[in-house]
Amino acid sequence: MEIFDILVSASFWAAVLRIASPLIFATMGELICERAGVLNLGIEGIMVFGAFAGWMAVYAGLGLWPGVLVAFASGALFGLAHATLTVPFGLSQHVVGLGVTLLATSSAYYAYRLALPEVTSPPRIEPFQPLDIPVLSDIPFLGEAIFSQTALTYLAFATVLIVALVLYRTPLGLALRAAGENPSAVEAQGLSVTAIRMGAVMVGSGLMAVGGAFLTMSAFSSFFFEMVNGRGWICIALVVFGAWMPGKALLGALLFAAFDALQIRMQQTPLGAEIPYQVFLMVPYVLSILALVLMSRRAEVPAALMVPYNRGER
Amino acid sequence: MGAREVVLRLEGITKRFGKLTANDDVGFALHRGEVLALLGENGAGKTTLMNILFGHYTADAGTVEVFGQALPPGAPGAALAAGVGMVHQHFTLAGNMTVLENILLGTRPLLAPGLGRAAARARVEQLSRDFGLAVHPDAKVKTLSVGERQRVEILKALYRDARILILDEPTAVLTPQESDALFETLKKAVAQGLSIIFISHKLHEVTAVSDRVIVLRHGRVVGEVATDQTDRHRIAEMMVGAEVALPHPALGTPGAALMELRDVSTPPEGNRTGLRRVTLSLKAGQITGLAGVSGNGQGALADLVSGLIAPDSGELRVAGQTVAGWSPRAALAAGVGRIPEDRHATGSIADFTLTENAVLEGYARPPFSRAGWMDWTRARAHAEGIIEKYDVRCPGPEARIRLLSGGNMQKLILGRALEAGPKIILANQPVRGLDIGALTYVQECLIAARDAGAAVLLISEDLDEIRALSDVIHVMSEGRLSPEFPRGSKTPAELGQWMAGQGFSDAA
Repeated sequence: MEIFDILVSASFWAAVLRIASPLIFATMGELICERAGVLNLGIEGIMVFGAFAGWMAVYAGLGLWPGVLVAFASGALFGLAHATLTVPFGLSQHVVGLGVTLLATSSAYYAYRLALPEVTSPPRIEPFQPLDIPVLSDIPFLGEAIFSQTALTYLAFATVLIVALVLYRTPLGLALRAAGENPSAVEAQGLSVTAIRMGAVMVGSGLMAVGGAFLTMSAFSSFFFEMVNGRGWICIALVVFGAWMPGKALLGALLFAAFDALQIRMQQTPLGAEIPYQVFLMVPYVLSILALVLMSRRAEVPAALMVPYNRGER
Repeated sequence: MGAREVVLRLEGITKRFGKLTANDDVGFALHRGEVLALLGENGAGKTTLMNILFGHYTADAGTVEVFGQALPPGAPGAALAAGVGMVHQHFTLAGNMTVLENILLGTRPLLAPGLGRAAARARVEQLSRDFGLAVHPDAKVKTLSVGERQRVEILKALYRDARILILDEPTAVLTPQESDALFETLKKAVAQGLSIIFISHKLHEVTAVSDRVIVLRHGRVVGEVATDQTDRHRIAEMMVGAEVALPHPALGTPGAALMELRDVSTPPEGNRTGLRRVTLSLKAGQITGLAGVSGNGQGALADLVSGLIAPDSGELRVAGQTVAGWSPRAALAAGVGRIPEDRHATGSIADFTLTENAVLEGYARPPFSRAGWMDWTRARAHAEGIIEKYDVRCPGPEARIRLLSGGNMQKLILGRALEAGPKIILANQPVRGLDIGALTYVQECLIAARDAGAAVLLISEDLDEIRALSDVIHVMSEGRLSPEFPRGSKTPAELGQWMAGQGFSDAA
């Protein structure tokens, strides 16, 4: 059976981690925003801009890590725009988020055209290379599947750990979660809901941009239009799937990536010759919707998600 | 008392919301180790004043001094740092977080590396013991009872070394036993040198726990007395500006049965009791009182009368006709006026204006709409009429209803129900949380509606209220309904036995 052969191959699992990485970054970013009470629908556009900014920075001569920082900073900047409109001004988070997505996407395409007016195929950069972890990468199967990834993939998993630690083990995380649950409780303790929410949206947006940058700096080596291709929207679903908890959201990202990696390989089997390839493309989304429905029924939504906070109002 | 240290001083506090002056030149002092009661009707400005003191609102004029230091206006952090802790009427807790997390929020610098849970838990447990505030530190707040949540709020203040505690209507949401436990806690706090401001409108509590009483009316201080120099009667007079008389209505003359339930049962929903073969007749010109411990099927009966649920078995007759297809709209069409139990959740829409809330039940019919178009001029005029007639204190018909105090919100809901000319009135806990003035007014309105020929179903957990107002009384227990008792035919002790489930023919 082909599926079995696929599932026992180390290269399949390596692909799962690779496909999951951008989703993990962006999902953690969205999770931080939503835990603080702000739905950030700018995610799709911010990922596009991050993909462009990181790649462009390296193409312009910066190193790979400075490129990641540039991507993060560009995301944080769009986050600042989003947060300014949604937090102190209290505008609709849906409208602002979609606006930011449109703005960031078109800014990326516009900047691309300005920077490279004459090219027909985008130039390549030297992307992150797989980094074999000493000793661990020599373990049969696991070594190839897990410990021969690029540095950014390792960073994605580290990000989950850091986000979880900050959320649950620090005063900052406590204040951030409380801002998403009951902002008056935060204000009553003399903390600024505005500062906490804006900070969360900026850092979260930075992570989304790094997720986008993974595509141009690790998965591929150049920037294409449409390359983010709805991953941002998937990440919003993954946050719900994960019930707003970093560990579960990571699980969701891996699950989606596994379906995605599986359908790519299924297309190359004899079965793939009989069924239109679009059906395979559809599979991860359909299964994600099903999993979302099953998993999120008992989820605890942050109580103040999408509720703007105005001081002095009852 | 004169030589005692002043820990808090308010001077010349004035605050306006639109046309409404919530506080007008208010000033007083709080001494060390004192319980100061702040009394006033709903809308007298108590809550506003405390929000100013605590920095949630910025006063238009006036100063706040804590331990001799002036507080900067509009800075909640400053009041906290100065040792003022507030337990709000609406708790500021995050339900999805644990007790300990709620207490810890804001107690450490944001960028500190850890939460120090172990040390914090030990300290919380110590405070729990010292002040008699039993609550589990790792329980999620949403799983706690209202009384336990209040303890968390008090623990929050104590954990921050508050020397002044402000409690805003702390007993409004508590059972009598929980209130007694709270008073014990307050005594312990005062014995340790804390000072307390106790906001309430329940006179017996005020006289029981306070050393001094300050009375606010229409945003002004109208009286200040030492509690042992006065009595409830005089305080009540100061609050409402006139002597209070509890209603002693004459018995009504019952007419035709307007709504009849015959052997009606409804299934239980979740942990809510359903009805078990309930037979009930609501007659014109009669107040039918429903006594019982909360959660014994009153909710299901109220929902049935208001059309939210239909009978599962049995017969429902309205005006002599058997009803099929019972629904909220059918209930409205049949002339059921509804005063729901929870005025926030089901009685009003918080972010709608008073005008919109005033026509929530009648919007689909003339005069408020014609051919599918709203007539806002008439709706506004209707709202203004209710505001005027029922003395709803508010900035105006275009204000959002969430800005109103509970009593004023209730008056609007009452006006909405009564102005529609209902034949059957469902009054579910109509005076819960109301002050004397509003309470008496609501009760008088119900009696007047009865005298005008309406059938009133009064549901209340307050047996005194049931016994004073009802022409006939039923008791509910575990979804069953007792026979009808005429007013005065049963002592409170006898009704209590029925409430405990004794006397029903079908033993559970």
